[in-house]
Amino acid sequence: MSPVLHARGVVKAYGPTPALRGVSLEVSPGEILAVTGPSGCGKSTLLHCLAGILRPDAGEVLWRGQRIDTWSEARRSTLRRGEFGIVFQFGHLVAELTAAENVALPLLLAGVRRRAARTAALTWLDRLGVAEVADERPGQMSGGQQQRVALARALVTEPRALFADEPTGALDSLTGEAVLGHLVRVAREQQTTVILVTHDATVAAYADREVVLRDGAVDRTGLGLSPVTDSSAGDR
Amino acid sequence: MVSITPHLILGFLATGPRHGYDVKHEHVARFPRARPLAFGQVYATLNRLLRDGLITTTGVDRAGGPDRTFYQLTEAGRQRLESWLSTVEPPAPYVTSALLAKVMVALTVSGVERATAYLTAQRAAHTARLRELTAVKTDPRASLTERITADFAIHHLDADLRWLTTTLDRIADLHREVHS
Repeated sequence: MSPVLHARGVVKAYGPTPALRGVSLEVSPGEILAVTGPSGCGKSTLLHCLAGILRPDAGEVLWRGQRIDTWSEARRSTLRRGEFGIVFQFGHLVAELTAAENVALPLLLAGVRRRAARTAALTWLDRLGVAEVADERPGQMSGGQQQRVALARALVTEPRALFADEPTGALDSLTGEAVLGHLVRVAREQQTTVILVTHDATVAAYADREVVLRDGAVDRTGLGLSPVTDSSAGDR
Repeated sequence: MVSITPHLILGFLATGPRHGYDVKHEHVARFPRARPLAFGQVYATLNRLLRDGLITTTGVDRAGGPDRTFYQLTEAGRQRLESWLSTVEPPAPYVTSALLAKVMVALTVSGVERATAYLTAQRAAHTARLRELTAVKTDPRASLTERITADFAIHHLDADLRWLTTTLDRIADLHREVHS
């Protein structure tokens, strides 16, 4: 099956500090891929490049066969809103809005009518087991509830790909387990491709496959010895 | 070291009389991922517990098939079980494992590359097992017992994985020092 998402030799630096030193990987449609590695290895930067949030300094990012790294910010933003869902470690919910309003937001931005957006939001809150907080604001919810609402907001547009950056990093283990259980179940039901960034092997174990980064490069031993400046991870 | 099996059997009998066949199946149900108890081990342990006055026989079931002797806890057995449950397990003073042994021998005999190759293969096996156990515990049909036993194995594998990564870092440091 041809990859839906493809990185070729992606390089990214913040000033003089290299974050990615030529990362290549492929993700199949519907696959759940974990990107792991120690803190500072570049995994969040890679996620941002794959999701079209950051532009690589060199290399290519292809989504469904099209290079998106050369697109304008406006065009990438449209892609993100239409085809991608993104969840961060802390839900980044809008504090002034209720859970249902937060979840409806991406639909309203896409021009969906208010009533239909609310109905869809309530359906997604229910699917993620947090229907009871629909009319509460983030400050009134637990961390686990907030993260499930954030997941509902990421999934309400039924994205083709979900990018999750340490989605359970701020949660206790059982709450994290519940959030991951929902994420994986819904992704399988919707055949959503998932890129899951985590430093935790027990979280990565929810994925179909794991790519380990070390010092900004794919570590093919998976163990963190000599980094490979990688432009040949099976995709040339 | 206090043996675990006799105390497990005392625990199974604490809820009421059982015969040896029941005890074996209770063990399978409670510890689905553990090595099963052999019948010989069950009956040998029951005989020792009987000899020591920790259990007693209460009758024989002769309904179809072979005779089955029922065993029940004595007061001494109940006290032994309580005492075992109240005793904190000492953290293992000497860590021994095939994993550690192989890495130490590989480092001593074959050097860094052999140890690294071994750890790489071992990490892949651990990661695959972690994924299998995660699928077990996240299956909506999984029982509480299955989830608890899967969690136990997952956290031990995770500890091994952390150790594998730390060890590789140490080996890499050593390698750099020797070759700098």
